[in-house]
This record gives sequence, C-alpha cells and structure tokens, in this order.
Amino acid sequence: MIQLQGINKSYKVAKRQTGLKQAAKALFYREHTTIEALKDVTFEITQGEIVGYIGPNGAGKSTTIKIMSGILVPDTGTCTIMGYTPWKDRAAYVKNIGVVFGHRSQLWWDVPVIDSFELLKDIYKIPQQDYQTTKNLLIETLELQEIINSPVRQLSLGQRMRCEIAASLLHSPKILFLDEPTIGLDAVSKIAVRQFIKTINKEKGVTIILTTHDMNDIEALADRVILIGKGSLLYDGQLGELKKQYATQKTITADYQKNSTPLQIPGTQTLSWTPERAIITVDTDVTSTSEVITQLSNIVELKDVAIEAQPIEDIIIQLYKEYQI
Amino acid sequence: MSLYFKYLKILFKSQMQYRASFLLLMTGQFFIPFSVFAGLYFLFERFGQIRGWDFFEVALCFAVIHMAFAISECFARGFDMFSGMVVRGEFDRVLVRPRSTFIQVLGSKFEFTRFGRLLQSAVVLAWALGSLPLQWSPAKILTLILMITSGVLIFTGIFILQATMCFWTVQGLEVANIFTDGGREMAQYPLNIYQKWVARFFTYVIPFGTVNYLPLMYLLGKNNGNDLLYMLIPALGSLFILPCVLFWQLGVRHYRSTGS
Amino acid sequence: MRVYHSVLKLRLLMGMQYRAAAIAGVATQFFWGFIIIMVFQAFYENAVTTPPISLKEIITYIWLQQAFLVFVTIWFRDNELFDLITSGNIAYELCRPCELYGFWYAKLLAQRLSSALLRCFPILIVAFFLPKPYDMTLPPSFTAFILFISSLILGLFLLVAVSMFMYISVFLTMSPTGSLLIFSVLGEFFAGLIIPVPLMPEWLQKIAYVLPFRWTADFPFRVYSGHIPQNDAIIGIVIQLAYILCLVWLGRLALNNILKKVVVQGG
Repeated sequence: MIQLQGINKSYKVAKRQTGLKQAAKALFYREHTTIEALKDVTFEITQGEIVGYIGPNGAGKSTTIKIMSGILVPDTGTCTIMGYTPWKDRAAYVKNIGVVFGHRSQLWWDVPVIDSFELLKDIYKIPQQDYQTTKNLLIETLELQEIINSPVRQLSLGQRMRCEIAASLLHSPKILFLDEPTIGLDAVSKIAVRQFIKTINKEKGVTIILTTHDMNDIEALADRVILIGKGSLLYDGQLGELKKQYATQKTITADYQKNSTPLQIPGTQTLSWTPERAIITVDTDVTSTSEVITQLSNIVELKDVAIEAQPIEDIIIQLYKEYQI
Repeated sequence: MSLYFKYLKILFKSQMQYRASFLLLMTGQFFIPFSVFAGLYFLFERFGQIRGWDFFEVALCFAVIHMAFAISECFARGFDMFSGMVVRGEFDRVLVRPRSTFIQVLGSKFEFTRFGRLLQSAVVLAWALGSLPLQWSPAKILTLILMITSGVLIFTGIFILQATMCFWTVQGLEVANIFTDGGREMAQYPLNIYQKWVARFFTYVIPFGTVNYLPLMYLLGKNNGNDLLYMLIPALGSLFILPCVLFWQLGVRHYRSTGS
Repeated sequence: MRVYHSVLKLRLLMGMQYRAAAIAGVATQFFWGFIIIMVFQAFYENAVTTPPISLKEIITYIWLQQAFLVFVTIWFRDNELFDLITSGNIAYELCRPCELYGFWYAKLLAQRLSSALLRCFPILIVAFFLPKPYDMTLPPSFTAFILFISSLILGLFLLVAVSMFMYISVFLTMSPTGSLLIFSVLGEFFAGLIIPVPLMPEWLQKIAYVLPFRWTADFPFRVYSGHIPQNDAIIGIVIQLAYILCLVWLGRLALNNILKKVVVQGG
C-alpha cells in the first residue's frame, strides 16, 4: 500500500547571528548551512496497519509525513502509495488520504462545524448520498450531535479535535495521517480519540500513520513503530519486540521486617534503601526477577513485593540516548 | 466556480459574526479614500487644473481606479494576505486537498469591508459622470466597464505576484505596496502627468496606463481617431494576469521542493 | 529610563534582522515620494496664482515626511497594548513597580524612534543626491537646522502624547477599530500628510492650526525649509511645549481615572 524507497531530503537554512554587529553584517551577507532532514528512508506499510512514527523534535517526522501526503517533493528516492506518486498526481492522490495536523485547524473558525463539513463536501466533490451516510456515522461514533451546530471558536480543544478528525474522514480516505492528534488534550479526550482511531481502523480498514510524543498513544494504538532520529530510520518493528529488546530492566519494591544491613544481590542496583523498604532494579540480561526475589527472601523476611516493568517512555528515552539523538 | 461561491458564503457568514466591527471597518474604508479625495478636491480648488485635465476628469479616473482596487481587495484578499497563510503553515492544508491551489487561496479570505471603499468610489463616479459633458454611447459604457474589469485583473495580478514572493521570503513584502497601494495612488491621476519613465513603466510593465489613461482619452473624446483601439486597450491590459498566474504555479513548485 | 533604553536597543536589533523589510520599506517610501512630487510638479507647472509655498519647499517637505513617516502616522501602533487592554490582562501590567503612563509612553516613544532611526538616514542621504529638481535642499541657516531638530523631537513627544489617547480610549470601547479610524483619518489629514497644510483652503488651515496634529510634522518640516521664519518657529516651539505638557497631564489624569475603575470592577 505504502512504499518508500531511499528517500533523501535536505534543506538550506540561513544562519542567524546574535548581537547588533553581526546583525548589521547580515544585512549584506548571510551564511547558509545544509540540513539533511531525511537520509535514505525506506519502509513499507501494508493496508490496515496502524504505524506509530516516533522520534524527537526535528528528527524528520513531519518531513516524511509531508512527502507522503504530497506536500513536499524529496530530492531523491521513490514513494508509491496506492499506485500514485504523491507529489506527481497531487490532486488525484489526495482524494484518498486524510490528514490531521494536531496544532492547526482545518475548520472555519467562526461558523458552525456543520458549515465547514458542507464546504468540505464541495471541495472533495463527495456525492450527496455518501456524504450523508459518512457524516451521520461520524456524528454518531464521535458523539458530535451536541457540538455540530456551534462555531468552532466556542469548542473546547477536545471537542475541536473530534471535529477535526471527522472533517478529515468525510471523504472516506483509505489512509489517515495523524500528526500529533492528542496534543494538548485532557485525559478523557485522549482516550476518546484513541478509541475512535482504533474503531475506524478495525471497521473500515483505514491505514493509519500516527506521529506523537505521547507514548501512551503508541502503546494504545500502534502494533508497529518506526523510530527516526536525525533523518535516519533507527528502528522499524513490532512494539512488543522493541520492549523485549530494550526493556531489560524491572523495578522491584520490597517491604520487609526491620533489617539493618544493606542488600547486596548480584545483577541488581539499589535505588533506595531504608531498614524497612528497598527499591532495586534488576537487569534481566544478567539475572531473572524470580532469582532476585528468592535471594531477597533469604536475606530478609518479606512482607510485600511489587514488580514493575519499565515504562515505554523510559525505553524511548534510553533509545534516544543510545543513538545520541 | 461554484466552489468559489461556497467559499464566499462561508466567509461572509464568518464576517457577519462580528457585525459591529464589520460596520466600523466598512465606515473606515469609506472615509480613508474620502480624505484622499478631499485632498484632491482642495488641490484643484487652488490650482484649477493639472496638465490640461480638470477636476471632474481626474475624479473619473480616481473613481475607476479606486473601484477596481476595492473590488480586487475584496475578492482577491486571499493572495494579499497570503504571507500569513504560509507562516502559519496553512498552505500545507491547501496542498492536501484535491482542488487547484489557485482557487483555494482565492477562496481563503474575502474582505467584505471593502464595500465601503467601493461605495465611496461609486459616489465619486456618479458625481464625475453627472458633471462631465459626455455623449454616451453603448461603446462608451462598454469601455467604462472594461476599464474597471481590467483594473481589477491588474490589481489581482499584483496581489498574486506578491503572494508568490512568499514562497521564497516573507520578508520585505512591503515592496509590493509600491504596486498595490502605490499603483492606486499613482493611477488616480491620468498617467501623462508623470515623467516619461513612470508613465512607460506603468504602461508596458504594469499596465495601469491601459486602464486610466488611454481609454479615458476615448471616453472624454480627447483621442485622435482609432476609437476601437482606445476602447479595447483595457482588454489588452488585463492579459497582465496571465504571466502572474504562471509565476504562481512556479512558486508552488518551488514551495513543494523546499517546504520552507 | 533603563526600560526605554532596552526597548530601543531591542527594536533596533530586530529591525536589523529584517534587512529585506528595511530595504523594501525604504524603496516604498522613495516611490511614494517620487509620485507625490511629480503630482505637485504637474500642478505647479501651470499655476495661475503663486502658491503660498514654493515647489522646492514642497519637495523638501515631502522627503522629510517620507524620512520621518513614523512621526506623522498615528496608525503606527502597538497591537500588544491593544491586546493587553481588550483581553483584560492589564491587571498584570498594574503589578509592575512603575507608573503605567510613563512606562507606556517610553515604550511607544522607543518604538517610533527606533523605526525612524533605521529609515531616516538612507532616505535623507539619497534624497540629497537626487538629480534636480527632485533633490532635497539644506536648511537655509544653521539656526534653522537647530530649530528643526528641536521642533522635530518635540513633535515626536507630542505625537506619542496624542497617540496615548488612542490607547486610553480603547479602555472604553474595548475595540481599537473605531479609535484607530478616527485618529488616523483626522490626524493624518490635519498633520498635512495628504496635502501640505499651506495648500489647504484658508478655512481648513484655521482648523488645522488649532488642532495638535500639525505641530508633530507639518511645523518642523516647514521650519527646516525656512518657510516658517525663525521668530515664528520659536513661538511655535513654545506652543509645542505647552501642548505636550497639557496633553501629558490630561492623558495621565484620564488613564489613572480609568485604571481606578478597572481595579474596582475587578478587571
């Protein structure tokens, strides 16, 4: 469905100096630097997948999204989506995709949401009948009945995002690009948005590419993650694999009867220690959690033990560190 | 085209949400060129004429140009305000929709408050026409309409050029004011009052002369023969918009390769 | 004073960063200048009676106007202040340990001054070296020049004092549109931006002389060219001073009164 092969993209950026003297100099001469935004990016996405596309700011996420949505032309490389080259057959191609930019609105600010929908119907030339069915379905599943007649400026961020998503789906696209769809939303709205994304993926088979900084989004939605840093692909695979590979740390919190000697167990690190409680991390490459607990019970009289896996957030931070991005 | 009217409708609805401010701005648009016109009136009161043109002849010229300017500022405002669209990244949205960028940008904004200016120039036009000893003929009415239409197209062309510049830089766009605001202020007098180089530039490069000078001679009966040529010259001037649209396409292509 | 200094420096720095904007601005003003001068040239060519101001003086007047445009145009505004007032965030501003009128006055003054500093020199320098008859001339005497500089600076102070009323009025109307409209249409007309004051009909000149606007620009520009004789110039400077004192006093009174009400209403 989506194929990217050896995509490269670089930008020229003017250097900006500080200070009055430099500024005066820049009046006449300005230095340029070339930034390689994407280096040999290659991947393939099949229909019906939800792919989480992650990476720190400036890694090249939005450049990739822009190339895939036909906004930007890459320097080299090929990209085929549903048989189209996005930047060549722009008008024909974009009928098949929906794009949500999390921090920009596509709705007309001062008019009721429904008016925006009507206009989008004309822009996408959606047949009246299809429009009616899709609109009703979207209103129902996204619970828009109450807000559809209010001007956008009066909606809360969560309500607006729900309308944004509906607006990008009116023309029943096969692919949906979501650029930080949960940015700035409260917990309840985030869950509602995630739920909906899952539903349309399951029921309509819409392929979804999602960029986000919220790893909970990824965990809730994506089976597959693509990690990008400094323009290069660093990881592409199942989320579970990523966890298995990198989540080599578990945290154990143990409460026990008073004991005055600090714990010394091989393959672990003590994060905090009191005579009644210790928090230790276990490196599962060296030893196993059960082994550590056995050893613990030999040293102290255990009252309670809690084991926690490393949150995905930490794994990503660890990855960023590892790749120095 | 039907899409254009849909845009028109939704944006009119938007603007009507702020009725008080809309009315105030419209009043402003009435009075700002009014003070310019008052200045013109007072100058004629003191000097009587300018290179052989009298007050009502210049007023006619003034009205035509201001009318054309008001109309294009109202309907091509999307191009005039395009820098904001680029800066806010909204042009990306235009590119992911299956319609031409041209119509989408054109439909992105309308400035209905310019009706104030339109009304002001209509009043001036009526006054000038009523006071000039003109012999009306269908050909002359047609010429007048052509003059205004062509003026609209020329101003729109300049707005498009200005917008296209945004693909390279959003700085220094002020220079386009020379041709929009400056063009308007300049073209409110018949072109032959200026130095040759100004008159030439604004006839052959940016063809205001085909709107405010040559056909005006015909309307006032000041031309020597060649009626048809003088009459149709505004149509020639309106061709100006074609290279502007081509340049726009080029700009869009540039944007898509740099994504700035 | 320190606030004033840092605002000025920041503005200059920002102005420098936008080199293209600066160049474009200067180019635009040159074009305007040329167009206006040519119109006057054409009017003067066949003038029946001798106009009350010579073409040479008009040309100098117009170049000065272009160079010091921000000293004339009231619409050169600070939208930040408007937002502050209309959004009700003014409360934060009240927490500052300095008097609001003085602080705003300094800020607005710095904005206009920095903008003028960036633009006036290139325009003035080029205007001096333009071919005749478009060139700008030197003032007739050194005294005239000194009088011009003093009246120009006082004119700036006066303009800022006038523009303060525009910001104050927004407290009452809560929308800057109307005030901006009235101040810019009337203010600019009576400051001689559309046609120089001496070319207005007698009755209009009388109105212009009573209003404060012409003292900001028209007066210093004519002092420069010597169209206003030195004795009258000195009297004029006294009038400028009187206007400044009076308007600052009134503006301060009005602002403090309004602020008191704002505090009572709780924003």
